[in-house]
This record gives sequence, structure tokens and C-alpha cells, in this order.
Amino acid sequence: MAKVGIPHALAYYLYYPFWKTFFEKLGHEVVVSTPTTRAILDRGVEETVNDACIPIKIYHGHVASLIDQVDYIFCPRLISVRRHGDFGTETFCPKFLGLPDLIRLTFTGAPPIIDTPIDINQLESKPKSKKDKKRKPAEIMEAACVETGDRLGNSITQSRAAYQKAAQVHQRFLTLLEQGKLPPEAIDILFPPENPISYELENPEFNLAVVGYPYAIYDHYINVGLLNILHKENIKVYTQDTLSDKILNQEASELPKSMFWYFSNRAVYGALYYMKKGYIDGIVHITAFACGPDSMVDRLLEIEARRRGKPYLPISIDEHTGESGVRTRVEAFVDMLRYRRDKK
Amino acid sequence: MKISFPHMGYSYIALKWLVENLGHECIVPPEPSKRTLDLGVRHAPEFACIPYKILMGTYLEVAEMGAELILSSGGRGPCRAGYYWVMHRYLLEELGLDVKLIAFEPPLNDLKGFFKTIHWLRKTGGRSVKEVLNALEVTWEKIKALDDLELCSHETRPYEVNRGDTTRALWKGLDMVDQANTLAELAEARHEGLRLLESVPRDNSRNPLKIGIIGEIYVVLEPAANHYIQIMLGEMGVHTDRSIYLSAYTRNNTIVNLEGDIKAMARPYLNADTIGGHGVNSVAETVLYAKHGFDGVVQLAPFACIPEIVAKGILPTISQEYGIPVLTIFIDEQTGKAGVQTRLEAFVDLLQRRRENKAKSERLAI
Repeated sequence: MAKVGIPHALAYYLYYPFWKTFFEKLGHEVVVSTPTTRAILDRGVEETVNDACIPIKIYHGHVASLIDQVDYIFCPRLISVRRHGDFGTETFCPKFLGLPDLIRLTFTGAPPIIDTPIDINQLESKPKSKKDKKRKPAEIMEAACVETGDRLGNSITQSRAAYQKAAQVHQRFLTLLEQGKLPPEAIDILFPPENPISYELENPEFNLAVVGYPYAIYDHYINVGLLNILHKENIKVYTQDTLSDKILNQEASELPKSMFWYFSNRAVYGALYYMKKGYIDGIVHITAFACGPDSMVDRLLEIEARRRGKPYLPISIDEHTGESGVRTRVEAFVDMLRYRRDKK
Repeated sequence: MKISFPHMGYSYIALKWLVENLGHECIVPPEPSKRTLDLGVRHAPEFACIPYKILMGTYLEVAEMGAELILSSGGRGPCRAGYYWVMHRYLLEELGLDVKLIAFEPPLNDLKGFFKTIHWLRKTGGRSVKEVLNALEVTWEKIKALDDLELCSHETRPYEVNRGDTTRALWKGLDMVDQANTLAELAEARHEGLRLLESVPRDNSRNPLKIGIIGEIYVVLEPAANHYIQIMLGEMGVHTDRSIYLSAYTRNNTIVNLEGDIKAMARPYLNADTIGGHGVNSVAETVLYAKHGFDGVVQLAPFACIPEIVAKGILPTISQEYGIPVLTIFIDEQTGKAGVQTRLEAFVDLLQRRRENKAKSERLAI
């Protein structure tokens, strides 16, 4: 029995159900940090290398808030989860690749960090045989789970059983997403809290596609409650996460070359998909200040949206973003949409 | 066809020769200037890194000069540089410029595409396969010769008696390499260039500080992007060793190449095979320079460069463990030469003081 801390940031929004189930099935207690607050952000800004982007700083803040409460911090090294891209070399953003090391070297007094590599191409630094190279994604994921369980003192059999259960829950999570639930809603359905989040609307005035990284869209503190602002404006939100991989990947052929980053590709494909849909009235792109991949993503979407005649609103967020600023921009955007509609 | 390419250090001398000997006209890219950067900044996304902006500016400049085709490089990620050409192409299209942009993807990932492009260039230039192979060989030798001369100049500069002698000798040597057309002429030019550098009046009684230069390839290789940092340090009387040369993996006379597995050096600090760009290298090379008795390390990187930010987050630990000071300089369009110079002077003062203190304490111990 150990207490495993999962920071409420970055990949949390897509993989939390999987890992929560996995650890609980093994008999451990999962501690999640609270949703981002001013204190968490300030702590993150203090600790992190100053040139990092805001989501990485927030992640550091979440880790700091967990340190005194847990026996282990779960910070897997997310490298790649699928063979995709022009050379099959898609990875996560380089900051994800070095994240466990940044955490380890920043918080020297922290509990042990579980930094299992999640890499579709090779699980260990060198594959043991040719057979290893051709392993199925499920086998690789299972091996990663076994390695994680091993760090916590669980046997291979236990880890395998827990993996099976976790994979089932993850599948249910994906099904909920495909039904149109946003990740925070889906997480609340799987693990019901007292006040579940819901963005259901009876008669939405507009449908907007909000694309970007999950940790920018669903973190209410950092985007100053954008989803709630849109909800109050009677706007239904679609994101790239409610589309299945199959639908998303069809968009790859629209580009001369796929991007190298998993979350960026998802955001770009999602945006391209929604640009073609008549029921979507506009695209909102949420980008983090000084995000490297987003400097490319944002300009690409801006050009594509203009060529296809879809209204496009980029919102850049950083530690100084104020709610009134975002609200004003959203209101202006919605006014513009109304004007467009009435003109037609 | 009028062909151009990005400007990176002195490599344009070799690439110009290659383009001309493939039977095309070469539009030599101008050295990146204030104007280049201004043009680039105007059209590039705000948070694109400085190499992207300089390249954008260069492309607009060569398009003005009449280039019809720009050759660039691709990449397999996860560094952004591999995606530049796609975005540059989008932007050139948006601006309505009639210039084509083709990128060479790494041959290891896309051998077929690589040869297809070479073949197409050969055919449109009207050269035989044999001529092209010869041209490629001479170009490679030219790149090596250029690097040899530059390497030698950085070793000579801290000892020069009259400031600027080395740089003048280097340019004479570079001109000679530029003029050479055959392997024999090239060998002679290289020899003559090195002789010129060796005959620069030297004061061998000096014991210069040693600084290793690490970081992202473009800002390390392009003097116009890093405000001629190596020349600046050399003229302050500092010996610099640079971790990256275009011909690096063929040479065995640079510190970085003396060691076998560079990634193993980084592993205790950064346990990833690659984080894109030169991130892992920067971590490993700091360890290397510390082990080889260097006085300090300067990390050069474009502002918002993802891999180098990760490296920067890790370097303080290495700096502490090995007792080697590290100065990180992030370069963007706001960086001024005077600012860089002031920081370098302060850093060099600090290293000098450290060296003196060390010598003092060693004497006391005896």
C-alpha cells in the first residue's frame, strides 16, 4: 500500500482514468492534486526554469503541492503513443521527454518519482530482439504497466490484471468522449464526485470548435474559465478530443507534412476537420504563451481558416491572463458571429 | 535555374560551388543583417525561434534577388526546425511570391526522396552522374576545409599580438578555398590558408581561459546570429572550443569527438535518447568540458527553443556537481551586441577570478 500522487496537469486530462484504475486495482491509494489555483501557479513559477512555458510551470506547482502528501510521484516519461507522422517518429513535445528529469533535479527532497517511459518504438533504451520491435501497442503498454507495478512492489501477475482492468476503463472513457462528452465531464461520469461538471445545453446559439492542448482547454484556472464563459453565452463546445483517432487521422493528408508532436497533430487535425463542417460557426485556438510547437500550429490554423472562410479566434494564455480580457474577446467574437449570421 | 539556400556560417562558400557545378545559377544568400531579421520578424509567428525568423528574412531577400528555387533542410522532429519548410512554404504562398521551396529530408528516413531531388537537380542542370558525384565530393572536402580553417582561427585568435590579424588571415584563407575548383587545388588552398593563420604573430606566453560553446546548431554556427561570439571571446583572449561543426562526425580533433557515446554522458542527468535538436548534446557536452578542465561553458540558444530550455533546467545541477560555471544566452530579435558583450566580459572576469583564487589556495596548501 502506497500513496501515489498524480499531478492534475498536462496528460492528466486524457490518461487519468487509466492510471487511477491501474493503481487502485493494485491496492494503492491515488492522490490527485487539486485543480490549479493561484498558489499552485505561483509555486510553479518560482521553481521552474524561467524560460519554460506556462503548462510546464503549472505542472511543477502541482508536484510541489503533492510532495508532503504522498510516497511516490507518478510522472511517466511520455515519449510516443503511436507510430504516426511522415517517418513514424511522432513524439510528445520535447519538454514532456525531459520532464521527469526536470522534476527530479528541481525537487531534490521529493519522494521517489515513477518515470516509466511510455514509448511505442522501444520500451527500454535498446530492444532486446527483433520481436520486441514489432510488439503490439497493447503489449508495450502492458510491459510499461508491469515496470510501474514493479517500482511499487507488485508482482507481474498483479500488474497484468490491473492493466486489463485499466484498459477497460480507458475504453469506456474513450467511448464517452466519442459520444461528445468533454474529458472533465467523462472523468466525472466514471468517478462521480459531489458536483459533476456538465456542459449540456438545450438550444445552443452557436457551435464552436475549441482546439488546443487538453491541458490548456480544460484547466479552468489557466484559461480563466473559458469553457464556462462559452457555456454562459449559450455556446456548445466541440474539441478535438471528442473525435476518434480514425476521424482525426484522415485529416493528415491535408498537410504537406505531419507535425512531430502528438497533441499538436490532434489539435491541427481536429481544427481541419471542424473547418469543413457546416454546423461549426467558428474555431477557437487556445495556445500557451511561449509554447514552441504552437508557434507553428497557430499560424498554420490561421492561414487554413482564412483560406476556408471560417472565423478564427486565437487566445494566448499566460500567468497574467485576466478573465475580463478573455471575456471581452469572446464576446466580441460572438458579436461578430451574430453579425455574420444576420447578414446571411 | 536560379537557386539559393539558407545562410549558415561559412558553409555558403561550399554550397555556392555545389549549385554552380550542378549546372545552375547560384543566388548567394546575403549574411543575415538587421534588415534580414526585420523582414523575418514581420512575417514570422511571434514565438517562432530566431533561426526561423532569420531564414524567413533570408528567403525574402533571395526572392528579391531573383531566386526561383530555395533548397532547405527537413527533419524528423521533435525539434521545430524540421517543420520550418512547411511553414515557410505557407508564408511564401501567402505573400504571393513566385519562388519554390524544396527541403531535403534526412536521407536515413527518406532515402528515395533524397535521391529523387538530387536526380531532378542533376537533370535540370544537364550534368552527368559522374560530374555530380565529383561535385558532391569536392563540396564535402570544401566543407571540411572551411571547418579546418575556422577551427584553426579559434585556436590562434587568443594568442594574436595585433587584434584582428587572425580574422584577416582567416578571410584570405576562406577566399582561397572559395577559388579552388579541384581536389588538388583545394588541398593547396587549405594548406596555404592554414599556413597564413599559423604565421599570425603570436604571444605564446599567454595562458588563455578555456570556454566551451554549446547549444542549438543554428545560433552556434551562424556568427551573424550569435553576434560573432567566438571572435568576440577570442579577442578578449579566451580560447573557445565549439561543440558543433558541419563536418564534425568525421573529425577526431575536437573535444566532443574524442569521447565515444555522448548520450551515455548525459544519462545520469537526462535519461532520454533524444529530446530534439541538440538538447541531450548540450547536457553531455557540459559534462565533457568540465572533465577536460575547461574554465566555463556558454550555452547559446534561440529564445523559446524547447530542447535547450530543458537542457537549461538541468545544467545548474551539472554546474554544481562539477564546479563549472555555465552562462546561458537566449538570443532573439531584441538581443543587442552590447548586451552580449557586457555579459561575456562579466563572465570572463568571473572565470579569471576563479582561476586566480584556485591558484592561490593551491599555493597556500604547499
